[in-house]
Amino acid sequence: MKSFKLFAFILLSLIWVLNGCNSCGSKKAPEVKVDVDEELMENINQAKKIFYSLPSPLETAMLIKTAGATYNEKLLNPLSNVSNYTTSKSMALNLGIYTTDLSFASLFDQTQTAINYMQAAKKLANGLGILDAIDNKTIQRLEENVNNRDVIMDIISETFMSTSSFLKENDRTAIASIVLVGGWIEGLYIGTSLIDPNNLKDNKLVERVIDQKLSLDIVLKLLEENKNNPDVASVYVEMNELKKIFDKIEIKTSKIEAVTDKSTNVTTLKATSKQVVTPEVFKELTEKIRSIRSNFIM
Amino acid sequence: MKKIFPLVLLFMVSIGVFDASAQCKGFAKKICKAALEPYIHDGNFHAAVLTEGEEAELYKTFYSDTEYRIAVCGSEQLPKIEFKVVDANNTVLYSNKDHNYATTWDFRLSASQQLKIVVKVLTSSTNVENVQSGCVAIMFGFKESK
Repeated sequence: MKSFKLFAFILLSLIWVLNGCNSCGSKKAPEVKVDVDEELMENINQAKKIFYSLPSPLETAMLIKTAGATYNEKLLNPLSNVSNYTTSKSMALNLGIYTTDLSFASLFDQTQTAINYMQAAKKLANGLGILDAIDNKTIQRLEENVNNRDVIMDIISETFMSTSSFLKENDRTAIASIVLVGGWIEGLYIGTSLIDPNNLKDNKLVERVIDQKLSLDIVLKLLEENKNNPDVASVYVEMNELKKIFDKIEIKTSKIEAVTDKSTNVTTLKATSKQVVTPEVFKELTEKIRSIRSNFIM
Repeated sequence: MKKIFPLVLLFMVSIGVFDASAQCKGFAKKICKAALEPYIHDGNFHAAVLTEGEEAELYKTFYSDTEYRIAVCGSEQLPKIEFKVVDANNTVLYSNKDHNYATTWDFRLSASQQLKIVVKVLTSSTNVENVQSGCVAIMFGFKESK
């Protein structure tokens, strides 16, 4: 009887797997149809998937640029460091860091630098076993479009999407979260490095850095989801130290009013915001970011 | 034998969901990313297989001086998808229910804010035996605000 049960189990499983594979190459969107009872239906209705979204390296680079940053190649993580990254944690962090660097370079039309950094990112992605996210075709497309910033940005966005989706689909969300944190810290490092500590008032770049207090909350929640992973746990500790400094900065925001421009169909979420930071705290924040980034790039 | 069937069912459903999840990227790339144009896709990927009646939430900080487009897309077989954008006080700033379940929303902010996007797959019928599941993707595009 036992062997019959085992046989039935294997047979049914095989039928299901084979049936599933029939649709592997299909363009049709995924469909799962199951019969459920009312109790199960109730459970389904109560289920809730939660996503925490950090600015991607491309968005981070764009935020720094629009805040008035100037291009300084010396701020990027040197390409010669790439061979130092041999652990999963260092490869993931620096994949994020190099992706922010290449996004930053491309936004300033430094396409050859962006291509060189894409090569480094490719090496780290391969090291992490991320297959086909960045291949020779990606580099070739970049080379063919050196004068077309829109296409370059599309290639960067697509490679980042392929990288993160590969990690998520292969149950490697811990690594995916470390990549994002690496990219985010690099943005903070570039931003704070470009700020004159004697000129904090009415400085858009300062505002942009302080705004990251709002994203730090999301960083912590994202890492908490994978805190049992030792690499994530160590990054979490550093982010908590950063939080202690961000907590000394106050952001006061008024009630939001949504106003839609009927001609463009774009809604403006109107609110006022006041940021309170002392030069001492900003200096402490800059130093902490520098120290974390230094640990990340080794 | 009675004991083994729930196990088989669980295994079959989990294999099916995994297979569907793996295909979510293709769906998001083909359908949802196209809906972001002419905005630049930020490169992030948020997608999951949801069942009728199921909800998802996404937390993200949106920055001033940037114009955003949110695109929420669901597989063909799913009923309409409702999405709301709410602030830290749970005030609803936008609901696509008031806009014929539009799949995109364009907005900018005068001050940076952390917002929550609540997505719900509506229920098409009361027949629990025909509950549909499918891929739902939430994606963001941006451009410098004029």
